[in-house]
Amino acid sequence: MTSTSPPAPAIEVLNLVKRYQKAETNAVDDISFEVGSGEFFALLGPNGAGKTTTISILTTMLSPTSGTVRIAGHDLDREPSEVRRRVGIIFQRPSLDLNLTGEENVRFHSILYGLYPFRPTFRLMPGAYRRQLADLASVVELDGDIFKPVKAYSGGMRRKLEIIRSLMHHPEVLFLDEPTVGLDPASRRNLWQYLGEERARTGTTVLLTTHYLDEAEGADRVAILNRGTIVSLGTPDTVKAALVHHYVLVDSEDRVRLDRELRALDIPFSGEGPYRLQVEDHDTHAALRAISTPLTLVRTHTPSLEDAYLEVIGRSEGEEVTG
Amino acid sequence: MNAILTIAQRDLNKLLRDPVRLLSTFIFPFIFMAALGTTMQASLGSRAGFDFIAFVFTGVYGQTLFQSAAMGLISLIEDRQNDFSQEIFVAPISRFSIVLGKIVGETLVALPQGLAILAFAFVLRVPLGLPQLGAMLAAGLVICLLGAAFGLLVLSNLSSQRAAQQVFPFILLPQFFLAGVFTPLQGLPWYLDILSRLSPMRYAVDLARNAFYIGNADAPLVVLESATMNLAITGALFAVCFTVGTVLFVRAERNR
Repeated sequence: MTSTSPPAPAIEVLNLVKRYQKAETNAVDDISFEVGSGEFFALLGPNGAGKTTTISILTTMLSPTSGTVRIAGHDLDREPSEVRRRVGIIFQRPSLDLNLTGEENVRFHSILYGLYPFRPTFRLMPGAYRRQLADLASVVELDGDIFKPVKAYSGGMRRKLEIIRSLMHHPEVLFLDEPTVGLDPASRRNLWQYLGEERARTGTTVLLTTHYLDEAEGADRVAILNRGTIVSLGTPDTVKAALVHHYVLVDSEDRVRLDRELRALDIPFSGEGPYRLQVEDHDTHAALRAISTPLTLVRTHTPSLEDAYLEVIGRSEGEEVTG
Repeated sequence: MNAILTIAQRDLNKLLRDPVRLLSTFIFPFIFMAALGTTMQASLGSRAGFDFIAFVFTGVYGQTLFQSAAMGLISLIEDRQNDFSQEIFVAPISRFSIVLGKIVGETLVALPQGLAILAFAFVLRVPLGLPQLGAMLAAGLVICLLGAAFGLLVLSNLSSQRAAQQVFPFILLPQFFLAGVFTPLQGLPWYLDILSRLSPMRYAVDLARNAFYIGNADAPLVVLESATMNLAITGALFAVCFTVGTVLFVRAERNR
């Protein structure tokens, strides 16, 4: 009988702290979390929350002040090269050489990662490289522009080029640091469609930071970071359920009667019209049937991740002020 | 080796795609040499007892290559400011390979200047035979490598291009005189002699003169050390500047 141990988490972060030189507070303040292999994990938070600092440490670009990080089972401090070999990143600020063509940027990356031997021109590169580039360029619809100088690219095209580049070496863990900033809606949708297909095909673990909370709705789990600490962690549904309540908004031309009836029925509510009924999802129907006052408005509110995000950020800001 | 070559090729491509930079690369040393060499030949040549144009030519050759390669390393900071260094430093290769790639790249960028100076030597009628030409090209390569490694050490703790542009002239200009680019170093007061011996450019310029003055009767009046000694000092300086510079630069890059 053979025993198999469970696969190591793709990302393990334990008591991570980062204080920049000459700073008086920690940019990342004792955070711990794990991301499973193949998981789609989103890190949310306002500007300055510590998201990019965390990603910079996780990709070996920045030294932590203290704490332990393991990526795909490799310790960040002791095996930085092994970590680098296994991660891909799309940086918050595009990191392309504008003096080179799109293809030259990708070739530079591929040779740097040891995927192909150095050749001074595209024509001299191995056929496998040319095919891989053509395949990826066609998927993100950049095939007609791949040999043009990057300085002639739009913001969306530059992002697409970074995607091609980050996927050339088939990373086990892909870090996306606000990858859709500056993209038009169509480019955003294409990007997510492609990344979704790539994840389904290869099982790549994805750690995303974003300001667009709708992008994080599709994540397996989200962590909300504020002032360097994790203030909420769980699936999008559990984060929403723990923080924001489902409610029904009702109103009537006869508000006096409706107010009296709600009190008589013992339905918890707030507001002076429209009235916000604090009822659970499954109680909504019964509550509405019990009200005899003619209603002019009935609107159910299902909390979004954005509601939860604003709630948790608001709460932690409040604690900061009162604490 | 693949990583070193691809990093080096990137720097060379940048030069070749910038016509203005390419033109200034060739013109500036020529003006320097023609104007300074001829005026100094007229005023000092007869008293010095040797051909001043050849003396300035070899000095400018060594100084230009050293300075050009040293200042070329500022592109490391430029990459950081353009966010391109994160693409390089996240790659799974040795940090020494990355920096060596930049040093080789900036050497390749500086070398065409050396070729231009050698070409202008014919215009200025500096006597230059084939063995001298070969020796000067080989010396030029060594000088560029030393200059680039020295540049790395200087900028390893600088955070911006602006700071580098201010610090480099401050460090390089005194070396023009301490290295004997335009004036002979014989008979220096003891304190300037110590400073001169501490100046890396001195060994670059002297190596260029080693190459030019092979079998020349003026050699004892012009050359300071033997080629072997210059190569040994240059090698040691390169090793120190490269190792310490890389460690400091990488530490500054990650420890913010």
